[in-house]
Amino acid sequence: MSAKTGSPAAKREFIAEHVRRIPRSGIRDFFEIVQSMSDVISLGIGEPDFVTPWHIREAAIYALERGKTGYTSNLGAPALRREIARHVQEHYGVAYDGMTEVLVAVGVSEAIDIALRAVVNPGDEVVYHEPCYVSYSPSIALAHGKAVAVSTRAEDGFTLRAADLERVLTPRTKAVMLNFPTNPTGGTLPRGEQEKIARVCIEHDLLVLTDEIYSELTYSRDHQSIASLPGMRERTIFLHGFSKAFAMTGFRIGYACAPAALTEAMMRIHQYSMLCASIIAQEAALEALRNGQPAMEKMRDEYERRRNFLVSRFNAMGLSCHEPKGAFYVFPSIRTTGLSSREFALKLLEEEKVAVVPGDAFGPGGEGYVRCSYATAMDQLQVAVARIERFLKRLG
Amino acid sequence: MDPILQILESNAVASPEVIAEQLKLTPAQVRARIRELEEEKVILGYRALVHDEKAGRNPVRAIIEVRITPERDGGFDRIAARIAKFDEVRSCRLMSGGYDLLVVVEGSDLRTVANFVSQKLATIQGVLSTATHFMLKTYKEQGVLYPEETFDERLKVTP
Repeated sequence: MSAKTGSPAAKREFIAEHVRRIPRSGIRDFFEIVQSMSDVISLGIGEPDFVTPWHIREAAIYALERGKTGYTSNLGAPALRREIARHVQEHYGVAYDGMTEVLVAVGVSEAIDIALRAVVNPGDEVVYHEPCYVSYSPSIALAHGKAVAVSTRAEDGFTLRAADLERVLTPRTKAVMLNFPTNPTGGTLPRGEQEKIARVCIEHDLLVLTDEIYSELTYSRDHQSIASLPGMRERTIFLHGFSKAFAMTGFRIGYACAPAALTEAMMRIHQYSMLCASIIAQEAALEALRNGQPAMEKMRDEYERRRNFLVSRFNAMGLSCHEPKGAFYVFPSIRTTGLSSREFALKLLEEEKVAVVPGDAFGPGGEGYVRCSYATAMDQLQVAVARIERFLKRLG
Repeated sequence: MDPILQILESNAVASPEVIAEQLKLTPAQVRARIRELEEEKVILGYRALVHDEKAGRNPVRAIIEVRITPERDGGFDRIAARIAKFDEVRSCRLMSGGYDLLVVVEGSDLRTVANFVSQKLATIQGVLSTATHFMLKTYKEQGVLYPEETFDERLKVTP
């Protein structure tokens, strides 16, 4: 190599191969177009439109006033870990030891990253269901695993079928990633299917990473964690956070609960990459768990009403739309328009200044759909729906 | 609580059509239920929450702590009702603690409010004493912040 002489002929590739292979996020291209326009009503936002409840913000301010500005223990402040263990026991019926089985992370995103890196050997296969959150496949690849997608279907309400899961398993399959309620489809996992999936995982000795970030936003109020099923706790990493339920996206705070050996393994990565989550966010999270339930329920009820409104209007205007049971997204089919997801989203944006996210940003199975977030105020939703209606009429 | 009330309490002008879609009802069902709530006086009225300064008016408001003598029949109720009936009185509540009634009085200027208190309120038989506190500035009214907090800094598209 002739680095010293700076010869352009022998230019060295600095970027690692597995990073080069990661495709650019489809959402990012679209984001840049939307960001350059004004007066857009965006149904493309995957975060609550509510600001963090004041008592939680106030707790963060109070933490600063008391000089809480240092590191915490790598796993997170003991008081918060104990509170998380209590919360998970109470709401999900799974008992974790707050001192050895709970890790406070910088959002569920980090928790997913360290969980995968802790368990995946190069070439191990990790199965996830698709359409799904944009980070799953890249996170698996970054952990040197092989991402294996299983498609879910609109006619099943985008739930994962155990039979479909079983079909893609190989001797190299190490883990299964679940995300119910699902971003972008709002799909949930009915109990019968959940039990079948648990049986498959036990039979094939698989680890489950379950991202339950939207679980509070389950409108049938019957969310059940797969970690609570017999024989599952020891093979499950339960991932959750504060962003969606408590409108705390910017605090970047989440957690992982898992048997001590798995938690310890995740901690080894977390301690060197993050050291710990922000102490201010941890203090705010503690307040959210202790006193945030009423504010959370109020937001959930509002989301539910908006969902009903959107589903009803989309179906009425001929965009077939299953009723999502959770999260804050509807995922209508736009096939009847004859346009691709991307064409539909771009044309709608240009002509009516309404932003929706093309379904294929969430995997090839999302083609033919668009994701519309109802984390948007009711009056804005009404305007957006009227514009989409006008747009469809013009398309004919 | 009735979900229709929940919606109307945050937006009294929500149309029956939009309410219906949010609650999986028909507009006719929503209209009928609202009529019922109105007839049962569960819904007492609909009014706009107006920002006085922006509307170009500057009323004077005072909180008055009133001590009264309870009566053998009816306790505080008769005198309280008598006070509450004045147009100048915007609200009137029976309180625990160092005084009995908390009365909010509104008038066009300081003198009007002062006159009302000294000539009307304080002279009612049974009123023992009044303590008047004039309001200087509003930060929050009926759950609405002045000015309202805006949170418009979200990115336009996020995963």
